[in-house]
Amino acid sequence: MEILEDKPGKKILLLGNEAITRGALEAGVDVATTYPGTPSSEIADTFSYIARYFTKQKKDPSYYFEYSTNEKVALEVAGASAISGLRALTCMKHVGLNVASDTFMTYMYIGCNGGHVIISADDPSCHSSQNEQDNRYYALFSGAPMLEPTTPNEAKEMTRIGFEISEKLKSPILLRTTTRLNHVRGPINLKKIKKPRKKGKFERSPMWVTTPAIARKRHPELLKMIKKAGEISEKSEFNKIINVGKPKDWGIVTSGVSYNYVREVADDLNLDIRILKLGMTHPLPRKMCEKFIKSCKKIIVVEELEPILENQFKNIAYDMNSDIELFGKTTNHFSRLFEYNLDIVTEGICNILNIKNPIKKPKKSDIKLPSRPPALCPGCPHRATYYAAKLAKPRGVIYPTDIGCYTLGRAKPLEMADLLLCMGSNAGTACGLSVATDEKIISFMGDSTFFHSGIPPVVNAAHHNHDVVLTVLDNRTTAMTGHQPHPGTEFDGMGRPAKKIFVEEVCKGCGIEKVEITDPNDIKKTTKIFKEALDYKGPAVVVSKSPCILLENRDKRKRGEKIPVYTVDQDKCKKCYLCISKFGCPALYYGENKEVFIDEQQCNGCGNCATICPFDAIVVKEEGK
Amino acid sequence: MTKTNIVLTGVGGQGVITAANILGKAAVKAGVNVFVSEVHGMAQRGGSVNCTVRLGDVYGPLVQACSADVIVSTEPIEALRYIDYSNKDTKIITDINPVVPFTVSTGDEVYPDIEKVYNKIKTYGKLYKVDAVKLAKKAGALITKNVVMLGALAGSGVLPFDKKILLDTVLENVPKKYKEINKKAFESGYNSIKK
Repeated sequence: MEILEDKPGKKILLLGNEAITRGALEAGVDVATTYPGTPSSEIADTFSYIARYFTKQKKDPSYYFEYSTNEKVALEVAGASAISGLRALTCMKHVGLNVASDTFMTYMYIGCNGGHVIISADDPSCHSSQNEQDNRYYALFSGAPMLEPTTPNEAKEMTRIGFEISEKLKSPILLRTTTRLNHVRGPINLKKIKKPRKKGKFERSPMWVTTPAIARKRHPELLKMIKKAGEISEKSEFNKIINVGKPKDWGIVTSGVSYNYVREVADDLNLDIRILKLGMTHPLPRKMCEKFIKSCKKIIVVEELEPILENQFKNIAYDMNSDIELFGKTTNHFSRLFEYNLDIVTEGICNILNIKNPIKKPKKSDIKLPSRPPALCPGCPHRATYYAAKLAKPRGVIYPTDIGCYTLGRAKPLEMADLLLCMGSNAGTACGLSVATDEKIISFMGDSTFFHSGIPPVVNAAHHNHDVVLTVLDNRTTAMTGHQPHPGTEFDGMGRPAKKIFVEEVCKGCGIEKVEITDPNDIKKTTKIFKEALDYKGPAVVVSKSPCILLENRDKRKRGEKIPVYTVDQDKCKKCYLCISKFGCPALYYGENKEVFIDEQQCNGCGNCATICPFDAIVVKEEGK
Repeated sequence: MTKTNIVLTGVGGQGVITAANILGKAAVKAGVNVFVSEVHGMAQRGGSVNCTVRLGDVYGPLVQACSADVIVSTEPIEALRYIDYSNKDTKIITDINPVVPFTVSTGDEVYPDIEKVYNKIKTYGKLYKVDAVKLAKKAGALITKNVVMLGALAGSGVLPFDKKILLDTVLENVPKKYKEINKKAFESGYNSIKK
């Protein structure tokens, strides 16, 4: 495995996320935890891949890794390890830190003995997220020291050195990335892999117990730590000034991936400019920033999302009584929305410097292209569940939904997603909608989401007797983020056997008296179960169990079994189009004369279209694939 | 200062991300600086995929408008979807086999006339058509379609390193028993542009 090669000096190509894992291995990480979420997933998946590789060979993977039930638990498992003197890493997507924030804010008060690097993978432009919040605010909010890498290699180095900074400060640190770092491949300079410490020791101290009296003692310690971190920031190799051409009056302050655009634009426009590239962005290297302000007459701040550097530079300039002119978001030259690119940064800098933008504007093609939106896969069991729920009561139902593949139930023709906030929100909002309206409520959440944050609202529904139908779409995996295991699977992230937790048992234990299990591929039975659940007064849970078709077919192929392919018997087809207009499997399409065909390449052989066809016109083709 | 800007597009499941990754690895092997940008998460099977690969004196992976040296597409309308990257000198290499999206299957949208698509592309840059499905099948496996397109990319002459480095990297990244098929696929793609 290339990522495990202990060849210092060798250059290999890695994804930003893989580079972070490599950096942790070079720092001798002992414990790594996560809850998967794009764009962070491959950091943990790489830990899992390596661990499973060793487990398979009955060897020790050198570190402990787990997919925890949620980000808060992940932070607590790794945090306790770091408190016990081990090196720990926790990674999550930006909104995951909201889930972990209760732990995080107070963890900053007590700190740790071993290094702890917490990775927040932000997603400007919401490529695969429900918001584009700027988690740099979490560093300011909590006091956590923060590093922001520009390239995959720098991400590796910041992870490695991040552990050292964390240990020096006895505080966890944030490594804040964005999608355009996590999902970029670049050359990595390998350094030596370090041996982990393996076992920690928990040194008992009243300081670990954050009673109000202790908290009042710890808060000043946190402020002292931030001051010390500022001294590290002043000397950090990640903060530097780069001179392009012959700089005179103008300077640019930037961090993270924005530096890439700034640096390239400076070349392209032949600018004479001073660039302050900040890698350790909390706390800022105050003296370095003051010196930079003094060396310029005008400064442009280039940062994605919120004006965090910009506002801090205003503060510093105010304290210095400086008459520096600052350009950025406040002057409307740069946007607080979405991720940047070379075109956006060129445009902004050209406008500020009052020079002509040399980038040509492309002329738009007038041919309308069909879109390719993401959709539930052919054969996805969620489609069958949705179809059955709709048959049970076609109108007058509100469908709160959740984060996962099944959010795609929003698309035509199902259109069964009405309200979504965040992980676990389906069941809580279901309770609220049942209080506020007279409509029937059927909510949907996946099995991984159920374990993540779906259980407390189920308890709430039971305790308050809310009249809701809560559906758990149990496909036995965390499908959307890349098929990670969760508490409902019989193996863990290291490939070892694990206790399988059953959704239905949990729901019964939570006080739900009406719990029904169904196989959604039996559409008739599932429809009946939904009807009964809707008629039931009080909370009902429907656990719809069928494995993700992609995993099911992968296993079939491994076993040498063929996957059936379905076809339309054109003699029997009455062109009612139920299969396309109501069920909507993407493998079905119209022919030139509005016949219905099935794309063999796409068909995953679930057979549900054959079940719903009123004329038995869909049949299995002999050979299969 | 030299920069090579490559845009790889297609439909999820056609091996576009794999091809971009192999191209990146080949660049590292050739000692050329490289950044590759990919799409993950919501862009799953059947979705539109767009990877950018930049080589040489570059700092990041994103390609500016009108500045691609080459656009390689595994599906004809996907070449047009990302045509903003093209200028008059851009080589646009596309497979000629449409993949019809489900929005068309359901009758909500229309797949445009393919000749009109080609004519439109020609107003932007230099069009090269490759029947990659045919060449891949001829080589022995449809799944090597992305390798046919990598061969075509090598044939376009825009890469700042030798064709052999890319071919070797392809072969290092496929199972042993598929090496011969991939070699054939690569060579057929290369020849389809070169001749």
